Amino acid sequence: MSTTVLRAQNIIKYFTEPEKFQVLKGVEFEVMKGEFLSIIGKSGCGKSTLLYILSTMDTDYEGLLDIRGERLTGKTQNELAAFRNEHLGFVFQFHYLLPEFSALRNVMLPALKLGKYAPQEIEERAMDKLRLVDMHSFALKFASKLSGGQQQRVAIARALINDPDVIMCDEPTGNLDKANSQKVYEIFRRLTRENGQTIIAVTHDPDFANGCDRIIEMEDGKIVNASHTK
Amino acid sequence: MNWKLVFQIAVTHLFTKKRQSLVAMLGVTFGISMFIIMISFMTGVNQFLEDMAMDNTPHVRLYKPIEIHDRKIIAESNKDAKNWFVVTHQKPKNELPRIKNGFRIMQQIEAMPEVLGVAPQVATQVFFNNGPVQIPGNIAGVDVKKQAALFGLDKKMDFGDVYDLMKGSDVVIMGKGLAAKMGVKLGSRISITTPSGNNLSLKVVGIFSFGIATYDESRCYATIPTVQKILQKDPSYVTDLNIKLHDINNAVPFRLKLESIYKEVYFEDWEKANAGILAGDKIRNILTAVVCATLLTVAGFGIYNIMNMNIINKMKDIAILKATGFQGRDITGIFLMQSLMIGIAGGILGIGIGFFFSYLLSITPFPEATFFRIKTFPVNFLPIHYIAGLLFGFITTLFAGYFPSRRAAKIDPVQIIRG
Repeated sequence: MSTTVLRAQNIIKYFTEPEKFQVLKGVEFEVMKGEFLSIIGKSGCGKSTLLYILSTMDTDYEGLLDIRGERLTGKTQNELAAFRNEHLGFVFQFHYLLPEFSALRNVMLPALKLGKYAPQEIEERAMDKLRLVDMHSFALKFASKLSGGQQQRVAIARALINDPDVIMCDEPTGNLDKANSQKVYEIFRRLTRENGQTIIAVTHDPDFANGCDRIIEMEDGKIVNASHTK
Repeated sequence: MNWKLVFQIAVTHLFTKKRQSLVAMLGVTFGISMFIIMISFMTGVNQFLEDMAMDNTPHVRLYKPIEIHDRKIIAESNKDAKNWFVVTHQKPKNELPRIKNGFRIMQQIEAMPEVLGVAPQVATQVFFNNGPVQIPGNIAGVDVKKQAALFGLDKKMDFGDVYDLMKGSDVVIMGKGLAAKMGVKLGSRISITTPSGNNLSLKVVGIFSFGIATYDESRCYATIPTVQKILQKDPSYVTDLNIKLHDINNAVPFRLKLESIYKEVYFEDWEKANAGILAGDKIRNILTAVVCATLLTVAGFGIYNIMNMNIINKMKDIAILKATGFQGRDITGIFLMQSLMIGIAGGILGIGIGFFFSYLLSITPFPEATFFRIKTFPVNFLPIHYIAGLLFGFITTLFAGYFPSRRAAKIDPVQIIRG
């Protein structure tokens, strides 16, 4: 019994710079709860553009987007920010931690923003998340002092802090070596299996993609192939 | 909006960029401290000049001018005739600058509740004979006790005692500049020529200085009887009544009141007599305002620049904060708070430094006080200036920080994250 957590209907997107150009030409798909989904395709096929529309950060598109049964198309930036804060997690290719803050503090920030728990409790939860990605021994190190793989794992812990339903990843292993990529993959795998969280990852890494539940292949702004692995 | 969190992020940003924050803060500090020093000194100078001028300026002066009246007796005696009467080269009547019933008017005015006191004066122009050279000047006969009480004449004495005037006849005290011109010392005798051509010899028993050239280089004081004697007038002869009021700001209405009572004489209030000083005050105030506004604007632009740079450096952070759910106003709050903290810290330091230097200036000896009766630089210490300084710092940084912060809030995270 699986329920739909994300539904995209007829997503169309134009770039106006340098000249008008249609990037997405009516993308339609659904994602189930607890699914581990990869979006692959050549550079310029529109997969990252699609991810940022799904992530609610890009609002300049046509079509409809629902997450958790909530219609997100047409909401204001502030409403979307609050929604992201509570229900979405992000992992980016270039880690993007705040360099002035410790690893622990970086993980805590979205939770402090949400303000659902007391700071003391948030700290404990953040430690739990760091333990999950095996970074708890670096908790008090400043983000700028961590290696790429370590930063990426802290970023994953941060994405998890508010127990989001959907975690969006843009090339999560793009900058990592084999061993670190494997670690990241295993963390994601566990999240989907054990916590029922959904992962949508844009990737170029064939090994990573092949380990997913489903691969959506895009070409020229359209989905050309959607196949379940194994 | 989670103020505590926003505050924590702002503080972290400030403290990790210590040097940058310090430079921004010092810009404000410099602006505010200069503002404090400038305004303390300028208002001090204004106050000093005003006090100096007001010390021996009557609030209202009563006198009888000798002037040509625009009235022709021939016209008045032929009121019915429809003719024009043209009188060329009209001359004034042979009148004296005497106030009729001067001492009685003095008593009446002194009895009015607004009045602090009235000092009578008999003034005349004379020539001071310095060998063959005649120096024009004037002698004022005054009531020594009243002149001391109302105009502080006793405090202006460089040599001698003003009360020595009352001890002898034919004695005067002389302005410092005039004494220097004549080579006169305490106890010297001088020779004067009155307007009616009499020569007299007087003894100098004191030398005074007001710090105002027109007085110090041309004036002598003596008692009223002495001057009456010089002029060969009777003891009721008086030319000026100098009135001091309890409230200086009441001078104009009080003059109007007096004018409605005494029609025969003329009145002049201090504002009219000191229009030059008041204009000087205004110019100095404008100057202070312009310089201070410039300093604060420059400090404001400094903060604006630094905040802009700060935001460009922090683009990635802003993008990630927005991606993880921080709203536009949280971002504005983070950067505006940094700006305000810079402003408040810089402002407090600025008024501290401003006070310190104002204090130093206020104990600095005034260079070779040959002219002004002043020992150190005149400096005012008014709390309102310090409050205004803080407030200006706050407002400047609020404005300087607001626009970059708004810009930060409008950053599109997708553009930054996608590169």
